[in-house]
Amino acid sequence: MKLFISILLLIPAIGFAQKFKSDSSYVRFFSEAPLENIEAVNIKGASIIDLSNGNFAFSVPVNQFRFDKSLMEEHFNENYLETEKFPKTTFTGSFKPADLVNGEQTVSAIGEFNLHGQTKPVNIEGTVIKDNGQVTIKAVFDIKLVDYKIKIPKAVFYNIAEEVEVTVYFEYKEL
Amino acid sequence: MRRIYIFILIAGLLSPAYGQDDLLDMLGDEPPSNEPVTSTFKSTRLINGHTIETRTQGVLEFIIGHRFGRLNEGGENLWGLDFAQIRLGLEYGVTDNLNIGIGRSGVDKTFDLFAKYKFLRQSNTVPVSAALFLSGARRADSFFENQVEGLGIPFEGKFRNAYTYQVLIARKISSALSLQVSPTIIHRNYVATSEEPNDLIALGMGGRYKITNRVTINAEYFPTFNQDSDNYKNAIAIGVDLETGGHVFQLHLTNAQRLQERGFIGETTGNFFDGDIHFGFNISRVFNVAVKENIPKG
Repeated sequence: MKLFISILLLIPAIGFAQKFKSDSSYVRFFSEAPLENIEAVNIKGASIIDLSNGNFAFSVPVNQFRFDKSLMEEHFNENYLETEKFPKTTFTGSFKPADLVNGEQTVSAIGEFNLHGQTKPVNIEGTVIKDNGQVTIKAVFDIKLVDYKIKIPKAVFYNIAEEVEVTVYFEYKEL
Repeated sequence: MRRIYIFILIAGLLSPAYGQDDLLDMLGDEPPSNEPVTSTFKSTRLINGHTIETRTQGVLEFIIGHRFGRLNEGGENLWGLDFAQIRLGLEYGVTDNLNIGIGRSGVDKTFDLFAKYKFLRQSNTVPVSAALFLSGARRADSFFENQVEGLGIPFEGKFRNAYTYQVLIARKISSALSLQVSPTIIHRNYVATSEEPNDLIALGMGGRYKITNRVTINAEYFPTFNQDSDNYKNAIAIGVDLETGGHVFQLHLTNAQRLQERGFIGETTGNFFDGDIHFGFNISRVFNVAVKENIPKG
């Protein structure tokens, strides 16, 4: 009995081996507006996925989004995302279904998305490809700027879409 | 034996939990980045003088500077608004740190050329940003010519020229507050009176305070050190920056009407505290002429 309890207590340590950490990432947002499309890409994000329970988190340093127009990048950080105040955007949650099988599958990531200091419950549909030692995640979803209190001044309203499309792509290696 | 089990029990309780936030904590331990500080000022001008800011590679900026007449001219001249002096300027980012520009001011019919090179960027390990600023200004009106000929000396074209050498040093102290000092030497090939030294030494100082993300208040002062003249005053200016996307509007009150360094540092005649104040504004519009590929490919 005592032996059983000891083994039970040691299980968490075994669970550790189920964690995968991203070694390659690509996060893009795209805003489509009549006057100007705005695109930025960030390759400095990081993510961890725990296959033992389907838990999943990512964190993206906001000041690492790269734009073609440098002034846009500056305004993005200074005026819209207020990067000095809110340096990271994060997601924490878990997959449904939690047991991932080998091959490609559609999953939902249910959890909390934090952007611009605001946390919202989200349900993001994405694709997971699991191939033994390697996992790849891809998701495309829309976020409404107003949900995250990202203010667009009226004078430039037509320049920026109220909803932007976010693409998230991570490749993982076993930790 | 029991102790061992208690130990295992405690170890089990202390072992890493597997909540979602803990995954996030595992991601949170990347080393702090040593990124250079950005957005020390909203514009390449504080008010009259240049800031350490440069336009990035491939960006063309069109700046129109206006200075109206003096507020104390009274209602007949609509407190100075009847008379405006303008400088039209074009500036270009050759690289992210090297800008060149040309301008033409109505006052004294002055053409100017400048180059600004940012050689130091503030970061976690570097306390300040710094830039070198060099400019040449050529006065094209006939004032000097008439004066020289009145003295019976042959006029030479080089008499028209003056050169400004500045080191701009700025620190973004907080996201709201940035301060700059600008040690300055202006060499004037020809000066109109003996009270004006050919080499004028001045120390620009100024700063901005951000009220909202898009609005800052600015102040600037350019004391000179070796010009003992009752005619000339140190340039003082206070202003507001309003940013709307690709435009920055800068509104200000200053005792200087001239819009290039020789003029506002060395030849300001108004006494700010006697009401010799010019309302003025700079409007800047940015164009992306030759944008380099910045977005990483996925």
